Amino acid sequence: MYKYDSYDQAMVDARVAEFRDQVRRRLDGSLAEEQFRPLRLMNGLYLQLHAYMLRVAVPYGTLNSAQMTMLGDIADKYDRGYGHFTTRQNIQYNWIKLEEAPDILADLAKVEMHAIQTSGNCIRNTTSDQYAGAIADEVVDPRPYAELIRQWSTFHPEFSFLPRKFKMAVIASDTDRAAMRLHDIGIQIVRNDAGELGAAFYVGGGMGRTPMIAPCINAFVPIDQMITYSEACLRVYNRHGRRDNKYKARIKILVHELGKDEYTRQVEAEFAHLLTQNIEPPLAELERIKAQFADPPFEIALDETVDRSDPDFAVWLDNNVQVHKAPGYAIVTISLKPVGGIPGDASADQIRLMARLAKRYSFDELRVTHAQNIVLPHVRKADLHAVWQQLDEAGLGTPNLDKIGDIIACPGLDYCSLANARSIPVAQKISERFAGREQEIGELKLKISGCINACGHHHAGHIGILGVDRKGVENYQLLLGGSEGADTSLGTITGPGFNEEGIVDAVEKATSVYLANRQDGERFLDTYRRIGMAPFKDAIYAKDAV
Amino acid sequence: MVETQLRFRDDEPAGDPAVTVDSFGEQTNASAVRIEPGDDARVLLPHLDRIRLVEVNFPVFGDGRGYSAARILREAGYAGELRAVGDVLIDQLAFLRRCGFDSFAPEHPLNAADAEAALARYPEVYSPTVDGRPAIWAKRHGLA
Ligand code: HEM
Ligand code: SF4
Repeated sequence: MYKYDSYDQAMVDARVAEFRDQVRRRLDGSLAEEQFRPLRLMNGLYLQLHAYMLRVAVPYGTLNSAQMTMLGDIADKYDRGYGHFTTRQNIQYNWIKLEEAPDILADLAKVEMHAIQTSGNCIRNTTSDQYAGAIADEVVDPRPYAELIRQWSTFHPEFSFLPRKFKMAVIASDTDRAAMRLHDIGIQIVRNDAGELGAAFYVGGGMGRTPMIAPCINAFVPIDQMITYSEACLRVYNRHGRRDNKYKARIKILVHELGKDEYTRQVEAEFAHLLTQNIEPPLAELERIKAQFADPPFEIALDETVDRSDPDFAVWLDNNVQVHKAPGYAIVTISLKPVGGIPGDASADQIRLMARLAKRYSFDELRVTHAQNIVLPHVRKADLHAVWQQLDEAGLGTPNLDKIGDIIACPGLDYCSLANARSIPVAQKISERFAGREQEIGELKLKISGCINACGHHHAGHIGILGVDRKGVENYQLLLGGSEGADTSLGTITGPGFNEEGIVDAVEKATSVYLANRQDGERFLDTYRRIGMAPFKDAIYAKDAV
Repeated sequence: MVETQLRFRDDEPAGDPAVTVDSFGEQTNASAVRIEPGDDARVLLPHLDRIRLVEVNFPVFGDGRGYSAARILREAGYAGELRAVGDVLIDQLAFLRRCGFDSFAPEHPLNAADAEAALARYPEVYSPTVDGRPAIWAKRHGLA
């Protein structure tokens, strides 16, 4: 894992001092709220319905146990004993006092963490594959490249007042576990025929009210030009992205309006110029970072067998454990989606327990996933049962990874000032309705957003739910057929919306159509793609309910 | 005209009033020009040798196009005065400096002590720009 040196530490320490000063000026009135707003946003501090919300950056979703423990302690000390893990691999606290925010940042800085650029119209925290460094299908570990981007983008002087927020993701596998093509810039690290590493650039993806899948604008940027190329992409956007209408300000609109070819032409011209400016870190810097992401000392000749005689344990194994690249090890995903729970929420005690398990069983590492779960990336197979037992006792043993209960949901009207409708209660009702039937239904990714901003990725859900406002009443639209990953697609709205009870029933009907029509091995998404919308629509809107 | 509050140059300030980018092309004797957010700074590049002052206007601080305009001019070798005018605030000063601005004429005068503190806040920088400060990576690898 990346370890700060004195330079990195000095940067976050200076940030704490700066923010303390800004809060002081805000509280004494010398900074107007309007001027303070973008400053607090660049430190991840939002003003929400009931309180301030603080979003803490978890670069590329990787944490060590000291950091995780601190996140638990902050939940106790400054919040109401909970933290909320988000789809951008970050954590949010929903009940923060402005006066205390600088102290939280100071606590974070003690464990090499911060809230820099987790909000605002700047380059946000860069996300990555939650299985990085543990999965066999990667070309290399993508995180060193994401760390290089983290440093480059931190306090970037030219790109701190972009037309709109800017999100980057870096992966290094053909299997995309980070929704890479739904980012402003998605980078896939690839190897060419000559064996050299390069970066494939996908630019102009995003969700929100105009979802778009990013096109590839350059399939191979040499790895020692990746930062310069990123800079070129951003400069064209900063100069020409729309600023007249915030709903058209994302880079996806620029790429769409210019056309991919013209945008690419402008980027290439800027790139040629920027190559003369010597802004690229030397390969030695990449090597320095890479060394810190070296494999942990995996033991060899470990026992491969796992005793499956406990049936509950076996179900969890089949759901939440993936194959690891090293023999004798496994990747464990801890579900933060207990039946009827709030997706992504964890109590301070649960957070600290996960930290302890990581220290004892996973070489001191954890990951946050974009599906709002936590990963222990390197667990010996021999330890799986012990890990599961401790998780299960703490309410963290739900065996539902990628099942219908593993719902992504945004904060919605319970917390968010932009919401049209509540997301959390719908997620809770669906998870209760389907409890016990998750295994029968199989893989089904359900995602809920409380408004068109799509923080809950509803466009990319096999089943998506979107909260809308219909004449002052909360109403929910249903979407089918979305997906993220290698087969990224956007969902289609079934038809008229539903009330809260109705949407749960509609989901039930959709799953019944699937179960009645599925052929061997088909997931919900596969059946939908084969038989199309019509049978689903018929069942969902039929007068006499199923 | 708004007063220049901060200036990091030793030469005499240019006396001419700044003209718009459009009229600059016609007035071949103009030596000061003012860039608005929508202007393309690159149209000035053929004329850099006769420009002594470029004002870059920030009608609202959140419109960041002026940062790119400034860097483009400096990257092309412009060495004259580069002045940020308009909605220029304390917490943008350090970014503006790094993009090549060397004078500031804020619409509302800044608290001098706060401005000084803001400019001195970060001892090091992660990315190189046109201000000549070596990036942290350069220091790490003995390149600076
Ligand atoms: C509660 C306060 C929140 C507010 C006010 C908020 C606001 C927004 C807005 C306005 C957009 C649309 C941006 C655009 O299309 O230009 C957006 C998109 C998004 N937000 Fe949030 N959000 C909040 C919480 C969250 C949370 C908790 C998550 C993670 C679980 C999240 C993740 C995302 C994602 C993934 C997108 C869509 C991806 C994209 O940027 O295209 N947001 N948010
Ligand atoms: S999708 Fe809408 S309701 Fe949900 S968090 Fe985002 S802005 Fe708020």
